[in-house]
Amino acid sequence: MGERTIIPFGPQHPVLPEPLHLDLIMEDEKVVGAVPSIGFVHRGLEKLVEKRDFHEMMYVIERICGICSFIHGQGYCQTIEAIMGVEIPDRAKYLRTIWAELSRVHSHLLWLGLMADAFGFESLFMHCWRVREKILDIFEETTGGRVIFSVCKVGGVWKDINNATLTRIVSTLHVVEKETKELAKVFIKDYTVQKRTRGVGVLTYKEAFDLGAVGPTLRGSGVRQDLRQLGYAAYGELDFEPVVEIDGDCYARTVVRVREVFQSFDLIYQAVGKIPDGDIEVKVKGNPNGEYLSRLEQPRGQVIYYGKANGTKYLDRFRVRTPTFANIAPLLKMLPGADLADVPILALTIDPCISCTER
Amino acid sequence: MKSLFSKPATAMYPVIKNDFFPNTRGNIQLDTNLCIFCGICSKRCPTGAIEVNKSDLKWEIDRTRCIVCNFCVEVCPKKCLTTQQQYTAPMTDIAGRIATSYKRDVNLGRS
Repeated sequence: MGERTIIPFGPQHPVLPEPLHLDLIMEDEKVVGAVPSIGFVHRGLEKLVEKRDFHEMMYVIERICGICSFIHGQGYCQTIEAIMGVEIPDRAKYLRTIWAELSRVHSHLLWLGLMADAFGFESLFMHCWRVREKILDIFEETTGGRVIFSVCKVGGVWKDINNATLTRIVSTLHVVEKETKELAKVFIKDYTVQKRTRGVGVLTYKEAFDLGAVGPTLRGSGVRQDLRQLGYAAYGELDFEPVVEIDGDCYARTVVRVREVFQSFDLIYQAVGKIPDGDIEVKVKGNPNGEYLSRLEQPRGQVIYYGKANGTKYLDRFRVRTPTFANIAPLLKMLPGADLADVPILALTIDPCISCTER
Repeated sequence: MKSLFSKPATAMYPVIKNDFFPNTRGNIQLDTNLCIFCGICSKRCPTGAIEVNKSDLKWEIDRTRCIVCNFCVEVCPKKCLTTQQQYTAPMTDIAGRIATSYKRDVNLGRS
């Protein structure tokens, strides 16, 4: 048994765009334990619900995170709509689904790029982001923003996409899909990629389930759970199966995300094919009163929104429990036994978003 | 190998200007002729960037606080606010961040 040393990892680290801090307890080159600490980017957004009315709060909630901003807005609106008993029109539901799936594609492509960068494959990283750029252009064209869309509202959506544009988006996506297939081949088949990721940081089915892992981290360990199966927005009318891999290592988690990109393309095609005509919003009168907890599937996993309203225009309490927070415990389980050089890849495979976690 | 001979995927930004989409939210502009100075935009603004003074017929926006969320444009009863495509230019002078418009109403004798 070697001597134990503690190596601080983060909050500033070349592979992590976000301030995650881990104290790694090392025995020679092997990690034997890790102590996380978070709280570097706390902004107190949840407290703001007492000062901004519930319509304005939507724009604040969207700014929790720059990657899954649409789904944050969607989740907040769903919570308030459920408290107020508002049923939004079908077209708005489909539009939300399309934007949510586009967010998933762009989030996963971003992550795949970062992953490629983490194992030192820089040109693959650049190709991933080049492909992702087309998705951002679709966002800018349809919502007006590339990162923060501000297109959801309590009672529907602000902007409609006309059917001609939808058809054009689908043809753009066919091109993106073809380019993504080339990238996917590298991630799935390349020898060096497998060498770095296979058998690293194994999380078994039972561990993943017991520790409450969510999203691709959970599905990479073989648990069939995808919150979209709850059928919120238009997911109830679309046909899909959760993407599951059984190995539970870094490679499995990467493959889950690669396959989910194609699943999202398929969901968008289905949604565009089924989208009904009609209104995109309903008038919302009065103030919310009551409480509700809604669950959604973000690119990173399950996110929970809890809202408590008291009949005034300000909410009493609003709480977000983000996927990264749930995935930190599984990460600590994966780390012991890994080499120091594998820690950046391991930390990245849960797709950490510390801004989400700390709000 | 294909990448070696194809054109770069990036644009030469400062030389070639970026094309914006018609929907792009760049900055908020006011048409003072239509504005009735009701102040709804300033009440609704999530960041408190807009200030409206009815007695002076003055409308003021702090460009650095504005997050271009489009909420003021959507709630405006006279539809006198519009979103332009061009982003606000970066500035070094802190006083330049506030844009003020006055309505010149000759009949009321105000300037």
